[in-house]
Amino acid sequence: MSGSGIRLLWILLFAACVLAVVVKTAAPWLIAFPAGWQLPVTRWVAAATSPVFIWMQPAGRAMAAGLDSPLRLIRAILLWVPWPAMMLFVTALSAYASGWRLAGFCILALSYLVVTGYWAPSMNTLAIIAIAVPISVLAGFALGALAHRFKRLATPVEGLLDLMQTVPAFAYLIPMLLVFGFGPAAGLVASIIYALPPMVRNTMLGLAQVSPTILDAADMSGATPRQRFWLAEVPTALPRLLVGVNQTIMSALSIVIIVAVIGGFDDIGWAVLAAMRRAELGNSLMSGLVIVLIAILLDRITLGLATRSRRGSAGLSVRQFGSISLGALILGLGLKALFPGTDFLPDKMGGDIARVLDAGLLAFVTQSAPFFEGLRNSVTYGLMLPLRIGVAGAASPAVWGFALTPLLLAGYGAATLVLAACAGRRWMAVLFAGLMFFTGLPGFPWFGFILALTLLAYGGGGARLALFAFAALVVILLAGLWLPLMQSAYLVAIAVTICLLIGGALGVWAAQNDTVSRILQPINDTLQTMPQFVFLIPALMLFKVGEFTALIAIVLYAIVPPIRYVEQGLRTVPVDVVEAARQMGATPGQLLWQVKMPMARPAILLGLNQTIMAALSMLVIAALVGTRDLGQQVFVALGKADPGLGIVAGLSIAAVALIADRMLRGYAVK
Amino acid sequence: MWKVYGPRPDYYFDTRGYQIDPAELTRRMRAENHLPAVVDANFDVHEGEIFVIMGLSGSGKSTLVRCLSRLVDPSHGQVLLDGKDLLAASPRELIEIRRHKMGMVFQNFGLLPHLTVLENIAFPLKLQGKDQKTREARAREVIKLVELDGRETSYPHQLSGGQQQRVGIARSLAVGPDLWFLDEPFSALDPLIRRQMQDEFLRLQAQLHKTIIFITHDIMEACRIADRIALMRDGRIIQIGTPAEILLTPADAYVAEFTEDVALGRVIRAGDLAQAAPVPEHATDVGADDPLDRLLGQIATGSTGFRVIASARRSGGMLTPEAVLSVMNRTAGRAA
Repeated sequence: MSGSGIRLLWILLFAACVLAVVVKTAAPWLIAFPAGWQLPVTRWVAAATSPVFIWMQPAGRAMAAGLDSPLRLIRAILLWVPWPAMMLFVTALSAYASGWRLAGFCILALSYLVVTGYWAPSMNTLAIIAIAVPISVLAGFALGALAHRFKRLATPVEGLLDLMQTVPAFAYLIPMLLVFGFGPAAGLVASIIYALPPMVRNTMLGLAQVSPTILDAADMSGATPRQRFWLAEVPTALPRLLVGVNQTIMSALSIVIIVAVIGGFDDIGWAVLAAMRRAELGNSLMSGLVIVLIAILLDRITLGLATRSRRGSAGLSVRQFGSISLGALILGLGLKALFPGTDFLPDKMGGDIARVLDAGLLAFVTQSAPFFEGLRNSVTYGLMLPLRIGVAGAASPAVWGFALTPLLLAGYGAATLVLAACAGRRWMAVLFAGLMFFTGLPGFPWFGFILALTLLAYGGGGARLALFAFAALVVILLAGLWLPLMQSAYLVAIAVTICLLIGGALGVWAAQNDTVSRILQPINDTLQTMPQFVFLIPALMLFKVGEFTALIAIVLYAIVPPIRYVEQGLRTVPVDVVEAARQMGATPGQLLWQVKMPMARPAILLGLNQTIMAALSMLVIAALVGTRDLGQQVFVALGKADPGLGIVAGLSIAAVALIADRMLRGYAVK
Repeated sequence: MWKVYGPRPDYYFDTRGYQIDPAELTRRMRAENHLPAVVDANFDVHEGEIFVIMGLSGSGKSTLVRCLSRLVDPSHGQVLLDGKDLLAASPRELIEIRRHKMGMVFQNFGLLPHLTVLENIAFPLKLQGKDQKTREARAREVIKLVELDGRETSYPHQLSGGQQQRVGIARSLAVGPDLWFLDEPFSALDPLIRRQMQDEFLRLQAQLHKTIIFITHDIMEACRIADRIALMRDGRIIQIGTPAEILLTPADAYVAEFTEDVALGRVIRAGDLAQAAPVPEHATDVGADDPLDRLLGQIATGSTGFRVIASARRSGGMLTPEAVLSVMNRTAGRAA
């Protein structure tokens, strides 16, 4: 299609949307898709999939039983080991993997676990990870190696991974429950599946990155295909593979915390969830911190082990580590033999601390309530409401304190037109934004939204993507999930905008200033290591249940990519280009906006992509604190064990994520 | 031998029984979206010879050598090693041949990052299933040969480029191959190190007498080390000859242009010009490997003829000052 043809389509579409908004009292079906036109898509899906799940049930139950005993065994062992012995061992491991700093951190973190009384739930969480990770790693390595060996498999495997990483975990928890039954096994299998993609991806990447010279060298040394793979390719790719293991562990931890919602396994995720449900601020914060500490420890230890051979260790040698481990074992056995029947854990202390913390937090929250309420209200009324119910809805005496007079309406229209006239090439985008702000996303004509997104998808990813976007949106519409979709779109849009503004500014700052960069880096690392669930805790504490709280949680989780990508994009602009611009007399401002920013555009668009992905994946988690979006639908489905709704809502989120991803990648390379 | 890339390379070679003009066939392949990377290459490499394949990047020299070692399967033709067609070898046989008869050195070294110097060099022996003691003993021998003693336990990333390539060379020699491929082995190194490594290489070859196929894009390097040079352009070999032949009687304008900047006085040796004729009295004795530059001084001090004494690589005979000066004049003429 030609450029002018597309432009004409956009203009026609805009005119149709304006018309639909004008005549909305006469023809409301142009705005809100009538319920009578909907199709029972979710019921069809349930009817089609249920027999499959039931057919898989015997195998699933058998597998659950098979996984159950090793899980019990590991759990029993971890709980049996006295904490001083475990602490000695993990500290030695930290010192061996990374150095004395991590060892020191390890002692503090584990002492915290002991003192606050979260030792046992933590060990239960570790038990699930200890089973899930090896299975994920082995299966992921095998799948990745196969996809590398047989190139024909690579494309379908990539597609599968995209799907697995975009379908929210809650959505496939429902089929898991049907197949494996309630209990830890369902959560375990969900974790295994969820933790698989990073291992597959890193295996494929690592093997693909092995230089062709090394392969030729192995061939010329007379390696058989098997020798070449195991003695040359795999060892060369090992650092990448170990990064994959690290990411697998972190994904497993993240999901183990989340699947705690199905309960039945007294782990740390359950501890947090229970504390949140009882509105115990101190306990939820304390147990949330446990997750953060475990996450940081697991991450640093595995990363340390992965890079140890390349940089050497600042801490213990293998031999020292071995003897200390042996010492830990003897200590454990000795303690058990001398003091049978005690677990050496202080059980009252944690409760006391929590109570003190509770009181303190409550006082803090009460005192600072005016501030946080003010923040919440200004963002809600200034930003969220206009997008949700539009200027048309918000400009009423009840919300903004004034009504929408014809004069104001004319002013709004005129302002939009002026802005569009100033916007140059992007005037169409400004017009659409103006209309969207006027009606609010849920009040925007559904056909306009579908067609606009289809056109955008065509521009970014060509005819196939446009077709996919159109089909996916129509299915969502017919399934009756249009309003939740719009709620999701509006929540994600606001979150991503905030992330881009704040994160982008921080990224620019960090790119110019090494100190800022150094300060931000550990913060970013920590934010990215934390399981998604944790972000809900402070948001919930300060802002109570509601959409704004969900927004804050999403922003906290999704703000790292723009910081990282903007900084990296700006910093990797070639030095000679920067020097050339300086030599031509560019001011720092010109240098940033006319040289560095345009050159960093691909990196920034990738950052935007990651932000959207992160926001979408957080959407479902954020549903826990009360939203009205697709995530909430998934959650409702989980509550009712309704596989139809769960699958359709989950796939809807995945489809939106995939469309956004492909579209932005398309625009990034242009 | 041919190597053609494209959707259907086989299509051009199922015409058994009659021969098409290679130039014509190449034109047709290019027109039909195929890339002929090696066109009708045909040459012999003698035992104990240093055979240099030279050309610019994209001329097909790397593909050609990969066809010889079967890292790349040629589209059409034969590769005879000791009278046996390498292309007919089964995967198992090929592995055996590579394990015992071939060694290869790569431009980017191709060292395994997770192995030490010693382990890298012993790697081909490990593949053969030799026990650790044999492996290490042999690896230490080769390490001594390339003068890397003391770096046995280093990892590749701790070594300089020149040292890494020494490891690459040692590894390729570990199995004691008869046939030694070197694919631009010194191109990734700094000029000074490159010269050093060329000297090293010649010293090694004087000791080992391997049959060598050496790839380079550097005409000076080729002239320094080659017994014979094959010059490639666009997949075709346009001239094969000794350095002196290539320099003095270029096959076409392209070769002439290519060799233009070579200082003949340094590259051409007395033996290259020596004639089998009676040596006049009062002749000065010179070695066959002496460059012409060295003879100029003696001509200036009044030598009227030279007795060229044969070396391992060049024959001896009689050489007149006129012959030397006529070659040197060509240089002067080209420079003008």
